[in-house]
Amino acid sequence: MSAGPVLVAMSGGVDSSVAAALLVEAGHDVTGVTLKLWGGESDSGCCSLGDVEDARRVAAQLDVPHYVFNFADDFEASVVSPYTDDYASGRTPNPCVECNRSMKFGRLLERADALGFEAIATGHHARRRDTGGNYRLLRGADLAKDQSYVLYMLGQRELARTRLPVGELTKAEVRAHAARLGLRTASKPESMDVCFISRSEGRERFLASRVPARPGALVDTSGRAVGRHDGVAAFTVGQRRGLGVATGERRYVLDVDAATATVTIGSRRDLLREDVRVERLSFVAGVAPPTGQAVLVQSRAHGTPVPGMLDGSVVRFAEPRPRVAPGQVVALYDGDTLLGGGIAAP
Amino acid sequence: MATGVRAYLDYAATTPMRREAVAAMQPYLSDVFANPSGGHGAARAAKTALEEAREEIAELLGARPDEVVLTAGGTEADNLAVKGGAGAAREAGRPAGVVTTRFEHKGVLAACERLERQGFGVKRVSVDGRGIVDLDALRAALDGDTGLVSVMLVNNEVGTIQPLEEVAALVREHAPRAVLHTDAVQAVPWLDVATAAAPADLVAVSAHKFGGPKGVGALVVRDGVGVTPLIEGGGQEWGLRSGTSNVAGALAMAAALRATAAERAEVGASVAALRDRLVAGLAAAVPDCFFNGDPARKIAGNCHVGFPGVEAEALLVALDREGVCAAAGSSCSSGATEPSHVLDAMGVARADALASIRLSLGAASSAADVETALAVIPDAVERLRPVGAARR
Repeated sequence: MSAGPVLVAMSGGVDSSVAAALLVEAGHDVTGVTLKLWGGESDSGCCSLGDVEDARRVAAQLDVPHYVFNFADDFEASVVSPYTDDYASGRTPNPCVECNRSMKFGRLLERADALGFEAIATGHHARRRDTGGNYRLLRGADLAKDQSYVLYMLGQRELARTRLPVGELTKAEVRAHAARLGLRTASKPESMDVCFISRSEGRERFLASRVPARPGALVDTSGRAVGRHDGVAAFTVGQRRGLGVATGERRYVLDVDAATATVTIGSRRDLLREDVRVERLSFVAGVAPPTGQAVLVQSRAHGTPVPGMLDGSVVRFAEPRPRVAPGQVVALYDGDTLLGGGIAAP
Repeated sequence: MATGVRAYLDYAATTPMRREAVAAMQPYLSDVFANPSGGHGAARAAKTALEEAREEIAELLGARPDEVVLTAGGTEADNLAVKGGAGAAREAGRPAGVVTTRFEHKGVLAACERLERQGFGVKRVSVDGRGIVDLDALRAALDGDTGLVSVMLVNNEVGTIQPLEEVAALVREHAPRAVLHTDAVQAVPWLDVATAAAPADLVAVSAHKFGGPKGVGALVVRDGVGVTPLIEGGGQEWGLRSGTSNVAGALAMAAALRATAAERAEVGASVAALRDRLVAGLAAAVPDCFFNGDPARKIAGNCHVGFPGVEAEALLVALDREGVCAAAGSSCSSGATEPSHVLDAMGVARADALASIRLSLGAASSAADVETALAVIPDAVERLRPVGAARR
């Protein structure tokens, strides 16, 4: 690896702190940047003053420059608005995926190019492999922390210009590195929340403040009303809890129809599907795996991969599976190698 | 200068301390250290020094010593003027409405927002495209309910000098009971504030903008002008700013002010020549660049320039990587660049505002700084232009 200038996206967390430190140790000309993505009152995300300060202090400790890029306008348009629109239309979005797509591997990468950086680096847990200019993306060395799923959209162009140094480490190793280097973020807890929604506000209140909730009916598979709800944003396909309907059998959300504010519920058997249609398909290699090639299909961030195959824009499961919530990523793997994926269509 | 800095072009943000100021404060950090409010000999020495510094500051600002309230900086002075001025009017049962402009420093604007939440009426008048307060809009905003008017003397981003005489005349005519505050923080290196701010009842200055230390400032409160304090306690500064006096800081501010005033004409002329060379060089090298703020009515040290299609935030990084220190918009505490409320108030299109940077010169600026800037900026602009970007 040549030791060219690298722009490291530093969130103020331990993973990106160690990513920066490892690149410095490898002899790179490292510059840190923290993205200011959100102007709201969030206390949990990567944009709080404390996190920016942590990133700045780690950069100072590593003796590398640090900047803050204000991408708040783009973030609102590319991540937050689509997030609320998706919920309002009955989907279950993954805002981290859209942030990766449009912010980190979109606008940041563009700016890094313009500023003459050879690559950007992030603290994602995924392994990048370069075989003679052909790039592959593997699950992170720490399978429990693997984040390749939220990087499904990376292609050759992005991977050529991306470094993922902590993907080679387990989380324990990351923390050990941070402790060895005396980084102030060494024992910082992980952020698990959507960065632009504060813990005190919560998802439902955030959504209600942006999209008026419309009450509607809960119906069974025959269309008979079995209850009421306060708004479709509280429901996700496959959800079992919080339906507010007492029946003998376990009930699941089968479908969310935002147009009529109708939530259909039914048994687990009713939820099973043989396939899922996907949108916004993207492949690491630039081309789809051949139709019929056995792949592993993962449709939740930490879900278990199951066998299937891709046929055009339809992913077929080897065995019927609970319906994938529209808006979720459907990632395809060959073993630990990410092939690509798409977003589950309604 | 810090490692790697080749050209410092951010004097409007802060200046290096002058040698005179460092020397003036040194004895009062350890040798003459007593609390000037005490009753013993050591205290008297400190008190004498403090009051001599105050006299000097007063003279150079065109005030009497008992009209100078020492504060911990310009933002505090602005807050004291705005909140204290409106607060005193309300306490006295007088009209307490506030009229200000849309392009004041945040030290005034945020104080106004606070007042608004406390039930004070606040009007913000517009600014023209050249960065001068709209006097017709100001006239229309002034009325019998106005208790405080706040118009800055020099804008901190585009460097334009405001027509304070005319502002004061309008206030006298349309809101005769109102108090006029001016934020003169950016003015001191370039204008004789004793004259330029004479029409104002309240005048805020900040030492670090003219070679003094950070965390020291003053508010001139003319005799008879009511101000309620923000900070209360031992009653220092005529009860308007309690807290143990910053003797060393006051001495340093006085020394910096004295040296600045003595050199003002000379520095103003030489910096204006440097700035004009910078402007001409940029205009020649980047033909489609544009300049913000009326060139005929701005301080010598300001060059506010935009490069169509170039993100200022990226340009500042490119410049920093080559050792050129500049600024854009106003920095929030996170260090992120926020879109400039000043350019917005002037009606500058958002895209142009986001493409604009401030290059500010000061007493220590040199021809080499300007040549470095001219060697670095046009190339950086060229590299950052999106491929195929339309030129004007």
